[in-house]
Amino acid sequence: MPIYQTSSYVFEDPESAAAYFNLQEYGNTYSRIMNPTVASLEERISNLEGGAGAVAFASGLAAQNAVLFTLLEPGDHVVASAALYGGTVTQLKHIMRKLSVQLTFVDPDDLANWEVALQDNTKVLFGETIGNPGGNVLDIEALAELAHGHATPLIVDNTFATPYLCNPIAWGADIVVHSATKFIGGHGTSIGGLVVDSGTFDWSNGRFPVIAEPSPAYHGLAFHETFGTYGYLMKLRAETLRDLGAAMSPFNAFLFLQGLETLPLRMQRHTANAQAIAEHLADHPKVTAVRYPGLAGSSYRALVDKYLPGGPGAVFCFDLDGGRDAGATFIRAVSLFSHLANVGDAKSLIIHPASTTHRQLDEAELKATGISAGTIRLSIGIEDPSDLIWDLEQGFAAL
Amino acid sequence: MSEATDLRDYQDPVRIQRLLASMRTVAVVGLSSNELRPSNFVGFYLKRHGYRVIPVNPREAEILGESCHASLAEIGVPVDVVDVFRDPGAVPDLVDEAIAIGARALWLQFGVIHFDAAARARDAGLEVIMDRCLKIEHARHLGRMSWLGFNTGVIDARRSMYTRHSYVVAGDFVADQEHL
Repeated sequence: MPIYQTSSYVFEDPESAAAYFNLQEYGNTYSRIMNPTVASLEERISNLEGGAGAVAFASGLAAQNAVLFTLLEPGDHVVASAALYGGTVTQLKHIMRKLSVQLTFVDPDDLANWEVALQDNTKVLFGETIGNPGGNVLDIEALAELAHGHATPLIVDNTFATPYLCNPIAWGADIVVHSATKFIGGHGTSIGGLVVDSGTFDWSNGRFPVIAEPSPAYHGLAFHETFGTYGYLMKLRAETLRDLGAAMSPFNAFLFLQGLETLPLRMQRHTANAQAIAEHLADHPKVTAVRYPGLAGSSYRALVDKYLPGGPGAVFCFDLDGGRDAGATFIRAVSLFSHLANVGDAKSLIIHPASTTHRQLDEAELKATGISAGTIRLSIGIEDPSDLIWDLEQGFAAL
Repeated sequence: MSEATDLRDYQDPVRIQRLLASMRTVAVVGLSSNELRPSNFVGFYLKRHGYRVIPVNPREAEILGESCHASLAEIGVPVDVVDVFRDPGAVPDLVDEAIAIGARALWLQFGVIHFDAAARARDAGLEVIMDRCLKIEHARHLGRMSWLGFNTGVIDARRSMYTRHSYVVAGDFVADQEHL
């Protein structure tokens, strides 16, 4: 896979250049909007997810921001799971509210909570296949049915499952977002994100004039009518990516493509290791709770069997007796696990969410995402599981 | 009847590729002069890729630099593909005309669905593609659709950005591939 490390492209002739900018021909104009290396990643991810296409962004949060910015207008309303990644909660709460978007966070585990939150101006339902870090498994099919009954798209963040473990579009989700930084890359080298669109949502249903009506930002082009299945993706790329500018670097796309080649092997090992570690911790006298949905006693077991038969990912939390101090002591004592703020690397990772990734959340928000002061989050890598257990025992011995 | 109402019967990728590789002249029924209409995008694209595009539109004199014809019967030259941007109700009469002028294929764009008329055209020996976009299918199989991250569904280890898929013109490869 060549790296097209270029800002721009020499046009064959003025007519071709005009055709590219008019979207009359598929052509490269500027790497903020499209790039051949990035396009290869986009097509492969969209193919693996079963979508119509994908658009890559500089980060997972940039992808999410773009996906929402493209379809929302001031005064619209979003219903989102309260058990989301802290960065997503913050993005919705602060950036989206700043754009006059209304929000309701709901406990995602009961469909009734989503249903009562729906309003006439609800334009998006948003959840994660596997919640970060609470491990809530989303009932995608039921939620998609609810969303579609309200002529509203369901957006699912599939970062923790990856297309290897779950294809939300096959269960009715309309748009899938990814942080490629995690398992898709797998090596912790690059920041990136992707949006995959199913191409099946009816943007011309009267509720989304921002996509269906002629666009003043593109000389009056009506994206959904003109490009049909590909209308939302065209608008996402030709307007939102063009104007917000958070493009993925071609070099990062290259590194994600390298990672993608081993995704199935890594995910098999990640999930097998995670299951083994979770079972070890569940029996441990110094652990008060383990929230891995793959455990036999998990309340999400039925949803795992339905949506994640290959295993519910490799990121989960457990609680130590002793709160914040115990958490810090434990993290200080392990040596193989890397203490850092990422998940999905081939190596195992550990963090104390209450003092790092979820630090901006208040007590009630922390509780809603399934975290307490003594919660430790693990991202289980592909090492020998007995080495990982040995390392965790170093942590327990220090308590 | 159930067999006759399955759109997949009219969307076979192999048949589509065979048609794309062999067609030269496309009569676009309902071609609009408005540059923002889907039919204009398709006509522009086909012309750019070297196909002869014949507009069929009784309300216009010239579109995309080509003289308009009021009906298929008035075209007077052999037509490979009749590409239809019309209400589905217009399809039966168009099938009669397409058969009469000896067209090789009938292509019905997104939403132009008429099973009885499609079956009749097929029985008369025409290749029939239904509820598919001619531009998208060309771009998927011969063009540059993957350049914008779309899922072409085409998996081919030989695919290269600047070689055989870039400059396919009317089924032939032009010289650009030689120096790339």
